[in-house]
Amino acid sequence: MVENRPWLTVFSHAVLIIGAITIAFPLYVTFVASTLTLEQIMQVPMQLWPGDQLIANYTQVLTGGSTTGSKAAVSSMLVNSLVIALVIPLGKMAISVISAFAIVYFRFPLRMFFFWMIFVTLMLPVEVRIIPTFKVIADLGMLNTYAGLTVPLIASATATFLFRQFFMTIPDELAEAARVDGASPMRFFWDIVLPLSKTIMAALFVIQFIYGWNQYLWPLLITTDESMYTTVIGIKRMIVGSDAANEWNLIMATAILAMLPPALVVMLMQKWFVKGLVETEK
Amino acid sequence: MEKRVVFRSAWLPYLLVAPQLAITVVFFFWPAAQAVWYSFQLQDAFGLKTQFVGLQNFAHLFRDHNYLESFKVTAMFSALVAFFGIAISLLLATMADRVLRGAMAYKTLLIWPYAVAPAIAGVLWAFLFAPSIGIVTYVLKGWGVDWNWIINGDQAMLLVVIASVWKEISYNFLFFLAGLQSIPKSLIEAAAIDGAGPARRFWTIAFPLLSPTTFFLLVVNIVYAFFDTFGVIDATTQGGPGQATNILVYKVYHDGVKAADLGGSSAQSVILMFIVIALTVVQFRFIERKVQY
Repeated sequence: MVENRPWLTVFSHAVLIIGAITIAFPLYVTFVASTLTLEQIMQVPMQLWPGDQLIANYTQVLTGGSTTGSKAAVSSMLVNSLVIALVIPLGKMAISVISAFAIVYFRFPLRMFFFWMIFVTLMLPVEVRIIPTFKVIADLGMLNTYAGLTVPLIASATATFLFRQFFMTIPDELAEAARVDGASPMRFFWDIVLPLSKTIMAALFVIQFIYGWNQYLWPLLITTDESMYTTVIGIKRMIVGSDAANEWNLIMATAILAMLPPALVVMLMQKWFVKGLVETEK
Repeated sequence: MEKRVVFRSAWLPYLLVAPQLAITVVFFFWPAAQAVWYSFQLQDAFGLKTQFVGLQNFAHLFRDHNYLESFKVTAMFSALVAFFGIAISLLLATMADRVLRGAMAYKTLLIWPYAVAPAIAGVLWAFLFAPSIGIVTYVLKGWGVDWNWIINGDQAMLLVVIASVWKEISYNFLFFLAGLQSIPKSLIEAAAIDGAGPARRFWTIAFPLLSPTTFFLLVVNIVYAFFDTFGVIDATTQGGPGQATNILVYKVYHDGVKAADLGGSSAQSVILMFIVIALTVVQFRFIERKVQY
């Protein structure tokens, strides 16, 4: 603050409050809709204070899904989403931390070639190779499996880069000391490199948890079996027709359930989240 | 930049890079090569026979009115998403950088949409704007606006832009806020002592110093609009009405999965790959040079 301009401060607060309210409005309406009966939602305009169907709607979706669209229980979808949102970040970190370690701490033939191979994958997002990737998964018999949902998404150049960047900042003296003391490379990795990488791993985990939880196109392609639906896909499958034909109270309850875990991760781990975002885009 | 101290082993480094390379080859290079291969082929309606047709699929695409239209729609869509996404978040970040009280609370309230899946963002806004029961539709009717995005192409575009921008604001906001907070206070103070008002200080100091951030976000937002908004489109308009919101990536999916046109869809995939490569090169050139005004 370089000067005192009370009106400008009031104006700033006003803009921020209006911004925060506008951004929160869809969430609020979604929550209200998830506590109403379908008839109440169909009354135009819909009431804007919560009704008394909260428990009924949430119990219904968690145990039985919707009646007009997908009948899969949302509780099993939440489990699927959770599995995917945990396997993707953990798998990604596991394979990238070791490949980055190899590229930074060893000199071997084809090292730069491998590095570029990993780098190039940045340019091949799943969206541009939809059909052939689907075929590969189908040929490997991985449709409707957790492996099919996660393995193709755990290779990523960003995580490898992040670790490589970080390893470059670890003082050479540490590796030297380890070598003088006769520690093997893997011993150095476990006892020195991994503990130092904790912060960066926490940041990466937050970002990748959200990435995994919110996957859409990939599960849409390779899950046909209701029992393998993720929560996000489940919502899409509950929407069956034009706006008045849907059970919006149930869809909205599912939407709240689908938003809650990643939103909590962002808000509770805000420090790691911000660090993760800024670091991964460097 | 290279490490001075390295370990020696004939086999260990290969073992360590093997898992990542295996996945990369099986799920990235092999499918990408297949996409290129299919793009040169024509498949008959039953998928029984394929024929090598060279560049015919590409020639066909560039004569296809729908495809050219999809390019225009994508350009329009990404321009709108990038512009509004950046403008709104820059305004909010500038204000958040000014206030002392409640800064943390505002930040928390503004960043949570990042956690919402694009498809869910689409569903939320589609519900608010639903032609018969939507609450915003009701308000718009009161103002005499005839709102129905199911049949009106411009309104459908507006809906997907709003949903996409809403989700992207938090990301841009965080980067702008970080950028603003890294501007040396002494610069701002010096300008204030010289009598520059807040608006002038913003345009002559903060805005130029933010140019690397803005440029970076521009590229990221365009990539976001090109690819990550698939969920928004699929959960709301599904490319309709007509071709009004049929962005390139949705068309690849639609032609390949729904219409089972393998050759045409693969040719589109190959074109998209070139676009991604171009955008990535732009982004990396920028990171190397660290554009300063």
